Amino acid sequence: MAESNDKPKSASRRQFLSTTLKTAASVSLMGVGLGFYAQRANALPPMAIRPPGALPEKDFLGACIRCGLCVRDCPPKILSLAQLGDDLPTGSPYFIARTSPCIMCEDIPCVKACPTNALDHSLTDITQARMGLAVVVDHENCIAFQGLRCEVCFNICPIRGDAITLEYRHNPRSGKHALFIPVVHSDACTGCGMCEKACILDKAAIKVFPIQMAKGELGHHYRFGWKEKARAKHALVTPDPKHRYNLPEGVKYDLQGKGLIFEGKQGAAPNDTPFSSNPLDTLNHNRRSGD
Amino acid sequence: MANLPQDAGKEAVQAKGWLKAHKWLLLRRVSQLGILAAFLAGPWFGLWIVKGNLSSSLTLDVLPLTDPYVLLQALLSGVTPETTTFIGVAIVLLFYSLVGGRVYCSWVCPVNIITDAAAWLRRKLGIRGASHASRGTRFWILGMTLVLSLVTGSIVWELVNPVSITVRAILFGMGLAWLLILAIFLFDLLVARDGWCGHYCPVGAFYSLLSTWAPLRVSAGKRDACDDCMDCFNVCPEPQVIRPALKGAAKGIGPVITANQCTNCGRCIDVCAQEVFRFTNRYSTNPKADLKPAETVQPTGS
Amino acid sequence: MSLTRRDFIKSNAIAVAAATAGVTLPAGKTALAGEDDGIRWDKAPCRFCGTGCSVLVGVKDGRIVASQGDPDAPVNKGLNCIKGYFLPKIMYGRDRLTKPLLRKKNGKFDKNGDFEEVSWDEAFDIMAEKCKAALKKSWEENKGKPVTKITSRVAMFGSGQWTVWEGYAAAKLMKAGFRSNNIDPNARHCMASAVGGFIRGFGIDEPMGCYDDLEHADVFVLWGSNMAEMHPILWSRLTDTRLTKPGCEVHVLSTYRNRCFELADNGMVFTPQTDLAILNFIANYIIQNKAYNKEFIEKHVQFNKTPTDIGYGLRASDPREKKAKNRMKGKLTKITFEEYAKSVEPYTLEYASKLSGVPKEKLLRLAKVYADPNKKVTSFWTMGFNQHTRGVWVNGLMYNVHLLMGKISAPGNGPFSLTGQPSACGTAREVGTFSHRLPADLVVKKKAHRDIAEKIWKLPEGTVPGKPGYHAVLMMRKLHDGAIDFYWQMCNNQLQAGANMNNESYPGYRNPKAFVVVSDPYPTVSAQAADLILPTAMWTEKEGAYGNAERRTQFWRQQVKAPGEARSDLWQIMEFAKRFKVEEAWPPELVAKAPEYKGKTLYEVLFENGNVNKFPFEGKIRDDRGNEYDNDESAHFGFYVQKGLFEEYASFGRGHGHDLAPFEMYHKARGLRWPVVNGKETLYRFREGYDPYVAKFNPNGDKGDVYFYGNHKKNGGKANIIFAPYEPPAESPDEEYPLWLCTGRILEHWHSGSMTRRVPELYRAFPDAVVFMNKKDARKYRVRNGRYAKIQSRRGEIICKVETRGRNQPPEGLVFIPWFDAGRLVNKLTLDATDPLSKETDYKKCAVKITRA
Repeated sequence: MAESNDKPKSASRRQFLSTTLKTAASVSLMGVGLGFYAQRANALPPMAIRPPGALPEKDFLGACIRCGLCVRDCPPKILSLAQLGDDLPTGSPYFIARTSPCIMCEDIPCVKACPTNALDHSLTDITQARMGLAVVVDHENCIAFQGLRCEVCFNICPIRGDAITLEYRHNPRSGKHALFIPVVHSDACTGCGMCEKACILDKAAIKVFPIQMAKGELGHHYRFGWKEKARAKHALVTPDPKHRYNLPEGVKYDLQGKGLIFEGKQGAAPNDTPFSSNPLDTLNHNRRSGD
Repeated sequence: MANLPQDAGKEAVQAKGWLKAHKWLLLRRVSQLGILAAFLAGPWFGLWIVKGNLSSSLTLDVLPLTDPYVLLQALLSGVTPETTTFIGVAIVLLFYSLVGGRVYCSWVCPVNIITDAAAWLRRKLGIRGASHASRGTRFWILGMTLVLSLVTGSIVWELVNPVSITVRAILFGMGLAWLLILAIFLFDLLVARDGWCGHYCPVGAFYSLLSTWAPLRVSAGKRDACDDCMDCFNVCPEPQVIRPALKGAAKGIGPVITANQCTNCGRCIDVCAQEVFRFTNRYSTNPKADLKPAETVQPTGS
Repeated sequence: MSLTRRDFIKSNAIAVAAATAGVTLPAGKTALAGEDDGIRWDKAPCRFCGTGCSVLVGVKDGRIVASQGDPDAPVNKGLNCIKGYFLPKIMYGRDRLTKPLLRKKNGKFDKNGDFEEVSWDEAFDIMAEKCKAALKKSWEENKGKPVTKITSRVAMFGSGQWTVWEGYAAAKLMKAGFRSNNIDPNARHCMASAVGGFIRGFGIDEPMGCYDDLEHADVFVLWGSNMAEMHPILWSRLTDTRLTKPGCEVHVLSTYRNRCFELADNGMVFTPQTDLAILNFIANYIIQNKAYNKEFIEKHVQFNKTPTDIGYGLRASDPREKKAKNRMKGKLTKITFEEYAKSVEPYTLEYASKLSGVPKEKLLRLAKVYADPNKKVTSFWTMGFNQHTRGVWVNGLMYNVHLLMGKISAPGNGPFSLTGQPSACGTAREVGTFSHRLPADLVVKKKAHRDIAEKIWKLPEGTVPGKPGYHAVLMMRKLHDGAIDFYWQMCNNQLQAGANMNNESYPGYRNPKAFVVVSDPYPTVSAQAADLILPTAMWTEKEGAYGNAERRTQFWRQQVKAPGEARSDLWQIMEFAKRFKVEEAWPPELVAKAPEYKGKTLYEVLFENGNVNKFPFEGKIRDDRGNEYDNDESAHFGFYVQKGLFEEYASFGRGHGHDLAPFEMYHKARGLRWPVVNGKETLYRFREGYDPYVAKFNPNGDKGDVYFYGNHKKNGGKANIIFAPYEPPAESPDEEYPLWLCTGRILEHWHSGSMTRRVPELYRAFPDAVVFMNKKDARKYRVRNGRYAKIQSRRGEIICKVETRGRNQPPEGLVFIPWFDAGRLVNKLTLDATDPLSKETDYKKCAVKITRA
């Protein structure tokens, strides 16, 4: 509009204003639409896991510029950038535990590669990564819960003995076998997904989920007493005084442990135990009481 | 005696030969494909020249480069990047301030190949009809993407950005990106001339801001020789930038195309049989003329 | 498993979307209902370890489509381990062999040719040609030799995974047909020391107790047995007893921390080989504290000592062998209790603790449970004891402890050697497929025993040679030295399993003088080195019988047909026998003794002898539910082959303490524990009330008392306590090779992985072998967890990944590598030192070094 006359000037200004207004309005509308789309499109499906050190999802999506440097620097090549049409934000890096879990490199090259701290550079110890949380989701099909000897998830876990432990239970169905139940501990699980990949079922019974999906939350008012005591290393209130009891001769009472102890009932076994010398007595007794 | 759009460049081929009439086009394609090849040499052949993509990359494990536009969005989302990332941005900013911001569009961006192809076909088929949208729309969109980053705390534009999606599609896997690429092609072919790059793309809008003071420019130095064949107007993705420089002699406007929307693609040089255009620097001819810049679309969005 | 990552995320997205929308996807359910229609279920024992779990096999359209643990099986009550869970998949690996393959060049056999498909006829032609040449050469070498000196150039390496009748038919073909005692099973690598221990201690093989000990013991002691992984279902029972029985204790001894330590009340990591000292310490402790069962000792025990400094079963040229004073000697000398007490006296707590590295209080706690008359103790052991250059000794030392206390042959009280293979007991030991044995604990060395065999087999006197043949390790050496011309490996993977493969077995297999035949369902490491590969039917592709570690014999019917031209070992053995006229196998003077066999084939002589072909075959096998089954061998040979072989074999042991039930009973029962007398099983041998043979041999004995009738003739039914001292191993770490190497197995893979590594899920669960090592050692030798390291011994080297945080936690100075991985052959490193008495290799001790790879 270098050259302008008086008359057309006002007309063109009007036109300019109206065009500008139209453009501004439509672009704003587009922006609102994009915003809503983003809210939906930014939802991370539960099976896609972010690389180690990823900021909380919302912050991550603000920080990740989708450059793929983490993908390129991943030694086992497990990371991908989401493609258009995938169920997660286009261009953002992720891995699928079932097919290719994180192998937890000690030097964490993917984090080092990130230019924007979307993968937090303050993560230097891979065991402190919290990519997600493994959950034994299907107790019906996990063969360990049925008493089969599998324990593949326990055996493959890189945070051995801490992230997944085995809980021994009696198998009431067979009557003479034990159950070796895998239990995941959120204070140690990195969410690397090795367990999910290794699970030998056709569909994994142990799955890695985003932590907020996997975790429950205890009522804010409540504490587990024994844990608090263990943490404080002493009773939170005045310790229990020594108790004394009226007891017949030959009977002792162990308040915190075994309860009533009847002495002299069995032979002089070198290791004093409160139990019959014939283990079958206790064994059969236990069976009858339906333990 | 203006030529038909579908005949754009024919005279130049006759006058200069095919190769010379396609010199800058070919060089640009070499540049665009070469950059992609450098990125792909790693994953394809284990030859790691450049890692990452146009958003952020690491060349030969030493040179960091980061796209200032995406980083700006990230910053607005509330991020504290690594120091090296700022170095990367600075290098990019410096480079484009020297060669012209929209060199990114014509020499680097792979979407350009698609929209050029659409424009070429459009000319050949003689499809008419221009976009009703203003070329300034892109600055509105640029503004909108920045506001969205600030408001939502997430880089929303990256969900749909055809530029980075196309780059990632080539470097990291296609997915449904071909649909988006096809859509842009068809839009440029059937709906609007220079539709995407010339009207909507905020990436181009952002980089055009870096062109404002760029020394490297095209100049219609021999504008006297212009025979009004209109070939340059027909092939130029931002034809509005040519007129002031080419036809502005009478109004005392210099021959250098100073409008920041010029992508320095050099196609006008290629197709001009009279060899009116050439690459030069902003100050090469009449320094006085430069005081009065050619008409530009002012960056209304910034 | 061709699901790509993108497919995966999509299909899951759909499922998740459906789930959040509260929709159930219908496809799964309806499909399942249809899937279970028309499945024929039948029982079979598991193909893998010696536990002997029973499974139900579901067949539809000639294919195993389903399986389940047998809920009525007493061993496993419907449970399985992860390997048992995948049983059907082992038969359908991608690379099953379906045609005989012969190395050929220009259309002719060539040792250096490439494998080409050939017909069974062509395969047997070349086999027979090579075998006949070897037999002929053997004749010439044996000219003028008495039957007790005969050797042979024909050898067979068999298996504790053979079915009972396959082992029996093979032993018969070799020992009677080819007159070669060069037949040995892979059980030599596994149970030979246990056998030696049983025979020396009790005069009869196999455990006196049974799995019910797992519920009845107060204390379990594991000696060199990683039961938690190797006998998963038994460990499950042990764990349950530990959980539910008040006061129950578990003691674990091993040279490295393994998964058993997770449950252990008293876990002890000892220096390799010092188990000898620990056991003598326990015996000493019992005697010093006068805790021994005096009455029991006086009535039931004979004290002995064994020659010491007996070498390490290496080649005679080895300096360690030249140094040995009593190389390979094992003749017992009777001693008094006092002499015995004096012998163990040096094994004090201090000495044992110092030698073994186990803290005193732990050793004391262990000794006390043995010495406590009120505690029922069951000791379990597996390869830690058996794969030991003093394997027979250490087995014996274990019995010493139990015998001193009289803690034996009673529920919850007993020494119990567990087997590694499904039929190490049933086939290898009971059938006697060893180079020195005949069925039912008979041995070739004794003429009376050979006479029994020849009589049952209706063969002329002097058919069976009296000189023990080449045992497994010797076979490798003889193959290497060119003393074996024809070698047939069946149902095992000896090249991967044998020690020192670089210097003995591999050059043996590839020796141009030898013709090596490998029968296997899959192209194993052994098959790759063979000259002829015979495709073999496996598991339920044939009718079979296995005997597990608690003397339980279990049968199964053929469920499906083998793929392509694969044939069972039994078919191969019997069909091959048709290729020989007796004149081609026996010297004229022997043929002259049996003129009725003139011109007949070995097949006719051995298998159409009126015993084996006694039972007609009606074209189908029927169960009592009206289901029909194939029996390809019987259909081929025209009589009920398995029944005929079984009944002839069973006649060896019936009435001699090895009684087996009638054939049909086993097809109904979930296994029966022998001796089965009058249809009744025996839970605890040698104890009156439990074992009918006690009353037979010792009619005047007390009620409920024991009588070790295996030694009835030898010493009046007493068990032998045999003193043996601590002696160092054949190879110990030194400056150049500073680490112990121990090899073994893992839960997910079985033996050489030839089956389990073809199950994708098992492969995924534990893909490749790793070297388990201590973190401090990793630092010391500059190797990193998860990175590759090179492990070298004096014999070879391999490369594998380092694992410092795995299931096995070795102490400093020891590394553990499992041997299942065909890609990382740990037996390139191991030393072929054996127990000079049992000839079983010590795979648990040699010296290696480790460097970054």
